[in-house]
Amino acid sequence: MQTNPVIRLVELSKTYHTGEVDVHAVRSVSLEILPGEFVAVMGSSGSGKSTLMNTVGCLDRPTGGSYRLDGIDVSTLDRDALADIRNEKIGFVFQGFNLLSRTSALENVEMPMLYNRSRIPAHEQRERALKALEICGLANRADHHPSQLSGGQQQRVAIARALVNRPALLLADEPTGNLDTQTSIEIMGVFQKLNDAGISIVMVTHELDIARYTKRNLIMRDGKVISDKLVENRLVAEVELNRLREAQQAVKLA
Amino acid sequence: MRIFATIRLALRALRRNKMRSMLTMLGIIIGVGSVIAAVSITTGATKQVEDKVSALGQNVITVFSGSFTGGAMRGGWGSAPTLTVGDALAIAQVPGVEAVSPEVRDRNQILANGLNWNTLILGESPDYPQIRNWNMATGSMFADADVRSVAKVAVIGKTVADQLFPDSDPVGQTLRIRDIPFKIVGVLEAKGFNLFGQDQDDTVIIPYTSHMKRVSRRTFVNSIQLQATSADNITKIQQDISEAMLLRHRGEQDFTVRTQLELAQAMTATAKVMSVLLAAIASVSLIVGGIGIMNIMLVSVTERTREIGIRMAVGARGGDILIQFLVEAVTLSLIGGLIGIGLGVGASQIVSSLTDWPTLTPVSWIVIASFSSGLVGIISGFYPAWKASKLDPIEALRYE
Repeated sequence: MQTNPVIRLVELSKTYHTGEVDVHAVRSVSLEILPGEFVAVMGSSGSGKSTLMNTVGCLDRPTGGSYRLDGIDVSTLDRDALADIRNEKIGFVFQGFNLLSRTSALENVEMPMLYNRSRIPAHEQRERALKALEICGLANRADHHPSQLSGGQQQRVAIARALVNRPALLLADEPTGNLDTQTSIEIMGVFQKLNDAGISIVMVTHELDIARYTKRNLIMRDGKVISDKLVENRLVAEVELNRLREAQQAVKLA
Repeated sequence: MRIFATIRLALRALRRNKMRSMLTMLGIIIGVGSVIAAVSITTGATKQVEDKVSALGQNVITVFSGSFTGGAMRGGWGSAPTLTVGDALAIAQVPGVEAVSPEVRDRNQILANGLNWNTLILGESPDYPQIRNWNMATGSMFADADVRSVAKVAVIGKTVADQLFPDSDPVGQTLRIRDIPFKIVGVLEAKGFNLFGQDQDDTVIIPYTSHMKRVSRRTFVNSIQLQATSADNITKIQQDISEAMLLRHRGEQDFTVRTQLELAQAMTATAKVMSVLLAAIASVSLIVGGIGIMNIMLVSVTERTREIGIRMAVGARGGDILIQFLVEAVTLSLIGGLIGIGLGVGASQIVSSLTDWPTLTPVSWIVIASFSSGLVGIISGFYPAWKASKLDPIEALRYE
């Protein structure tokens, strides 16, 4: 059976014209990501992975090549059309959580639905936001403000927010960068659960062990993908968490 | 994006910085408040003047006789003996003229009830109270028959009644003008002082025929008072009267025709100048308030760059961001405007109760004030909101 790729990049490139020197951040990258994939993009800073993510996330437009997201050619769309694509097709998770402060978790999750072109009734917005929080294991903290939540909980709210418009693609930019090891694994557990439910995820990370929770690893250098491998011996968050807890138990007993 | 959701968002953002929002609104509050207070006070004063003008009667036209010229001396309007009772009767035939009274005026010492008093003796027709919109307190006005029979009857003003008959009802009693006894048939209601500070109640009114034949012994009248049927065609009637008079006076312009409207316009001209001045002050204060709002909105956009980035990342269009900040600015200025209106009305009420000045807040100015404060919000909020809507989401997300 032929499945259409979620992401299809053909000779995609992005060049910044800053002063006299042109910076080639992404150099003709061709890539396909199929539905249900869980991809980690790795690379040192300046390797072009952030630029690639911004382009894939429709926050930026490529200067060359083409990009089809979920079958739609987005490389030629204007600002407003890109905003609509981001709203309907993409969910973002950031390193710094990027929640609105002094706004409850529930309202944070409801926020993307505010910008949905098809009007969603208020009660449905609420239901969907609560559902998304429940999936991320935070249903009981819906009324809390970000300042009352731990880093891991804030990231769960951010994931719920990313999910609420039922996107085709979840984009995560260093989602565990600000979190400790255990919380990082918990968050990876959330991602694995979502991926098992069929959501395609692309994640930028520079932590190798975090990348091992995904299914496919891309390594970028100088604007090119230099390695594209499926993950062998994939880690399962639940197993790793149990192992971690046992280790902690052992330390306490000793 | 839904407008109610946007307004809720704006209110929440403003509540977050209560102190700052209050201070930002202060410019608009003071501007709108002072304008509303000042307008209320001037409108009250204008209303008072207008009431006095309309107390002169409804749609009144006055024909004055021309200027008397003796040698090198010119006497001014009303001094020349050019108007006659015949003129008055001719004017009564002009279409649109409802009531006519030839007026003869004279000051005289009068005697009654063992007391005496110097007062204005007016010779008028029975139409006079109608023209002046002046009702009788007791008794009744003399009739046309009294005019025809040159009757010795009089109607007196409140002041004269008080001075000559402090303890008794004047109606039915007799007063003497130049030793001629006149029977008092009625007392007019108190009308108070006119615009020129004269006591209108200090008068005795007798039939103009009686005045001309018995008291002043004149053959000419000082002026002719008349009333038009409506205010709409008063200028046309004024012209028709002029033409009829010119015909009678063989083309000689020895009279003038004045309408009450002209007087009212002259009296309210000052108030109009005041209104223009107020509007000018209002616009200056609104501009100052608007600058305050723009300033704070610019700060707010910079502060919330990251929020704007987040909203854009999850799919807010530039237009959504524009509307969000615009609504915030308009909410700020509208609330300020409404508070200003409230304070302005309150302040004018206080002034009114402390000083007895009549104040009146016209609904039109409340509408104008709300509308223009909203407009100020749109104008001053537009640039910051536009700036916010043009932010690059990637840059905005990275902003610390």
